[in-house]
This record gives sequence, C-alpha cells and structure tokens, in this order.
Amino acid sequence: MSETKVMQQRDLQQVTAQQKVIGICAKVLTYTFLSIMALIIIFPFYWMIISSLKELSEYRRSIPTLFPKVIDYKNYIEVFQNRDLLLGRLFLNTVYVGIVSTILSLVITVLSAFAFARLEFKGKNALFAFLLATMMIPGELFTITNYQTVNAFGWMETFTVLIVPFLVSVFYIYLLRQNFLQIPNELYLAAKVDGTKDLKYLWKVMIPLSLPNLISITILKMMGAWNSYMWPRLVANDDAHRLITNGLRTAFTDASGNTDIPVQMAAVALVSLPLFLVFIFLRKYIMKGVSRSGIKG
Amino acid sequence: MANESVATKKYYWYEVSKKLDAFAKKIKFDQWKGWIYLSPAIVLLLIFTVWPIFNTVRMSLLEGYTTMTEINGATFQFGFGNFIRVIKYPGFITCLKNTVLLTVLTVPISTFLALLIAVCLNSIKLFSRALQTIFFLPYVTNSIAIGMVFAAMFNMIIGGNARPDSVGIVNNVIEFFFGEGSYINWMNAGSANPDGTASWANFTVMVVYIVWNALPFKILILLGGLQSVNKQYYDAAKVDGTSRARVFARITVPLLSPMIAYVVITGFIGGFKEYSSIVGVFGEGMGPVGNAYALDTMVGFIYRAIGKQEGTASAAALILFGIIFVVTMINLYVSNKKTHY
Repeated sequence: MSETKVMQQRDLQQVTAQQKVIGICAKVLTYTFLSIMALIIIFPFYWMIISSLKELSEYRRSIPTLFPKVIDYKNYIEVFQNRDLLLGRLFLNTVYVGIVSTILSLVITVLSAFAFARLEFKGKNALFAFLLATMMIPGELFTITNYQTVNAFGWMETFTVLIVPFLVSVFYIYLLRQNFLQIPNELYLAAKVDGTKDLKYLWKVMIPLSLPNLISITILKMMGAWNSYMWPRLVANDDAHRLITNGLRTAFTDASGNTDIPVQMAAVALVSLPLFLVFIFLRKYIMKGVSRSGIKG
Repeated sequence: MANESVATKKYYWYEVSKKLDAFAKKIKFDQWKGWIYLSPAIVLLLIFTVWPIFNTVRMSLLEGYTTMTEINGATFQFGFGNFIRVIKYPGFITCLKNTVLLTVLTVPISTFLALLIAVCLNSIKLFSRALQTIFFLPYVTNSIAIGMVFAAMFNMIIGGNARPDSVGIVNNVIEFFFGEGSYINWMNAGSANPDGTASWANFTVMVVYIVWNALPFKILILLGGLQSVNKQYYDAAKVDGTSRARVFARITVPLLSPMIAYVVITGFIGGFKEYSSIVGVFGEGMGPVGNAYALDTMVGFIYRAIGKQEGTASAAALILFGIIFVVTMINLYVSNKKTHY
C-alpha cells in the first residue's frame, strides 16, 4: 500500500520534472527565435549606419567589417554638398508641405467630423455611407484624373498641387466622428443653452477631449508628407518643389551599379533620422493610429 | 437650499433648451449648418474623388483616349477597346504576373511569420516590451530609403577579377554557411534575360524586403488580438494536458481568426498595389540593370501611362480595382466560413 504511494509520488515528481524541462526548452526556443528575428529586423538599420561611417575603400573590402575601423564623417558632409540632392532644400520643402497640409487637413477633418457627429440634416447618413464606400477604391484610380485636373488648373510644379488634393481623408473624418460621438450630447445642449457658439464649443470642449486622436492624425499626416513618393514625383519634380523621398531616389538613380554606397547610406540615414525621432518619442500615438487604420501615412 | 437652486436651475435649462430646439427646428437651422461645416470637404471630394470616379470610367470606355487628342478636338469611339488592348499588351501581362507572384509569396510568408512572432511575444515576460519595440521599428520607415539599404546589402561590387571585389553582406552570410563561391548575383541576375522577365534572385530580394516591411503591422494587430483572448481557454487546455502544438492549432488560431482574416485581406490589397518598395530597391528602372521594368507591377504600369495614354491607364486601373474587389470578396467569403467570432 505505502509502496504504491511512494511510486505514485515518484512518478509525479518525474512528470513535473519532465514538464519543467519541456518548459525551459520551449522558453529557450522562443527566445532564440525571437532574437534571430529581431536581429534580422534591426540589421538593415545597423548596416545603414555603419556603412555611412565607413570610408569607401573599407566598404569595398572583400571581407566586410561589422564595425568601421576608421569612423569617417566625411560622407555626411558630402551628402550636404551633393548638388544633385540639395538636402536642405528638400528638407524645407517637405516640412513646409507637411505643416501646411496637416493644419488645413485638421481643420477640414474636425469640421466634417463635427457635422457628422453632432448636427442633424437631411442626407447625412447617405453622405457618410458614400464617403466610406470611396475608401474601397484604390488611390491610383483617382490619380489619373487628378493629374489632368491639376494640369488644367495650372498647378503643376507648385506647392498647392502637393497639398490640396489630399486634404480630405475620409478615414480621419471617420476616426474623429467616432471619437466625437463618445462625448455626451448633454454637454453640447448645455453649451447651447449657455449661448455658446458651436465653433467655441468645438474649440473648448470637443478638441481637448479628442486630443490624442488629433495628435495621431497629425503624426500620420506629417509622416505621409515625409514618405510620399509617387504623386510628388509625378507633379512636382523640379528643384524648387521636390519632396525629400523623391529627391533621395532621383539623386541616386544608379541603384545597382558601383556607386559610392557609403555616401548614399549617409543620405538614407539622414532621411530616416526624423522618423526615428518620431518613433522614439511618439510611438504610442502612432501605434494607436495604426492599429485602427492599417494605412501608412 | 443649495439643492433647490440646482434643481430650479436644471429645470430652467431644460425649458430653455426645449425652446431653443423648437426655434432651431422652426427655421431649419441645423439643415444648412451641417452642409456649411461639410462644405470644404465636399468641394474637395467632388473635385478630387467623385469626378475621378466618373472620369476614369468615361476615359476607359473611349477607345484610344488621350488628353492631348481630346484637347485638339478629336472624338473617340465608344467601346471596350482599351480593356482589350491592355490585356493583350505583353508589358501588362508581365506586370500582372509580377504583382500576383509577389502577393502570393509575401502574404502567406509574412502572415505566418507574424503569427509565430506574435505568439512567442505573447508567451514571454522578460524583454517582451523591448522586443515589441524592435519588431515595430520597420513600420516607421521610408520604404524608398530602406529599399536602398536592402539594395546595398544584396549588391555585389564587381572589380576586374573573376571574383567580385565585394559580394555584399548577404552573400557573405551565405558563403559562411555554404562555402566560398556560393554567392548569388541577387540584384543583377536577370539583366540579360532576353524575354524581359526578372530572375528568381531579383524576386527573392523583393520578397525578403516586402515581408520585412509587412511584419510590424501584422505583428501589432495579431499581438493585440492575442492579448484580448480569454486566458480561461489556455487554463482549460493546461488542465487537460494538451500539447503546445495542439493548443496553437485548436485554440490560438481559431480565436485569432478575425485578426488573421484582417491582416490577410489588407495584405492582399497592399500586395496588389505594390510599387514603391520595388522602386526603392531597384530604382526607377524597376528591374536589374539592362532589363528595365522586368519587375514592373500593375500600379507601375498605370503610373507610366499617366499623362500619356489615359484611356489605357484608366482601363488598367479599373482592372486593378476589379481584381482587388474580387480577391477581397473571396477572402471575406472564406473568412466568414472559417472564422470564429
């Protein structure tokens, strides 16, 4: 009787020990897999930075160095002196377009979202449904006609052409409308009774209450200007109005020849730097925006 | 005393708001106010969204339409000529093949990897936050800029000798595992292909880059889904002594199926619109040196026809829309049958 009990206990100990071993193995496997994947994810950034700090002769060595023997900042100076790139100009253009389009877009989005969330008028729901339906259509379909339109308006190679066509984002209107709907209607009625004007109410109550969403929209919109390539390439590809991504690509046209890759990597690193700063300081706003939208920019 | 005044105040407010509402109703104040608030958005949408929808259909149905000839007063026959021309055009077939191939390869690979990473991230505590941050990093990047980094990593620097001066960091890793001389000319392998098609090596570079780029968003969505799964299911499985693989297949995947369906659908839509990542890696030539447009896609085809052949571009854009629409419908149909809510 007692013998079987001892045996049972021993079996139990063995089983728990086995489970522990399996658990540890699984943990080790999990961490190994995640570490390898994380290395693969990070490596291009690492390679970009160390390549940008190498001398050309070191970069071209047959056995690559994982850390530059001589840290060389010359590449960065060369990037700023590059006559094809004009980095300072590209930077100012992009920031200007980004700020103006973000501000105008926020105004339009807030007004539209307010109308959809708080005001009652005929055809509201039909209009809203129609707007949501347009989100399904790929943007390329609009671009063909928009190119003709801006051409007819005489907007080619201006900042207007980079700002105006993309001011209305149905998705942002939708996002903000949902946010506004959560604010209790009683607040609005109380404000009305007090004689508060709608715009003042919007400014004093609704905007502060939906600030996180507005910040998300601002960041995504700025990032959109920074990363936009196709439309700027199509309509404003002159030195005075070129945006940064387009400028970066056109300055280094020879993608696979024997170009001076360290200089190219220095330029890429400089273009990526603001995005990294945004990532470090404003990550939670981006993640919030992303998990709701799934769209880039 | 204080309560009484609050009550009277409330009643007073109620009365006033009722009167105000009645007044607003009488003059239909809200009716036109809503439209005023929406007017900037509506004007812009009419010009840049609604008109393009009609105009694209119109242009696609006018045979051989171009803006220049229309300005010069030409008239066009009505018909499906543009669509037939696009489908018969060999360049378009290459674009279609490239787009479909890249989508079909990258969506399953990235979804599977993202699922695996999300499950692993969800199962650990130590370093979980730090690893999540790392995995989200590629999202906040410029696809052209990082494409250039990938090109540099895969690129070989060819010198005068039989062996290239530098085979590139990716080939260095391959040679480390498979011995010297096992390097592959990733970037320019297909440059001499006579039929203008890209080499499998070129495609591999694109698949690696697109998957790398697609991971963060998918991980974010799937991890969010995992974190909201009820822990009781796992506790029940633990009590039953269910194996890890079985838990993954029978609990995790079914409970996560709405999120998986979501990332697959958005992945397919994004895949069919692939363009700037290829420009990032291979440059505006969209192919290995000497074999331009070997890696061209549907969107690339449309972009190159803009401002020149609007009829063709419109037809191609509508075909793209049709494909995306059909694939999304199929995805929704399948996921409705397979997903558990």
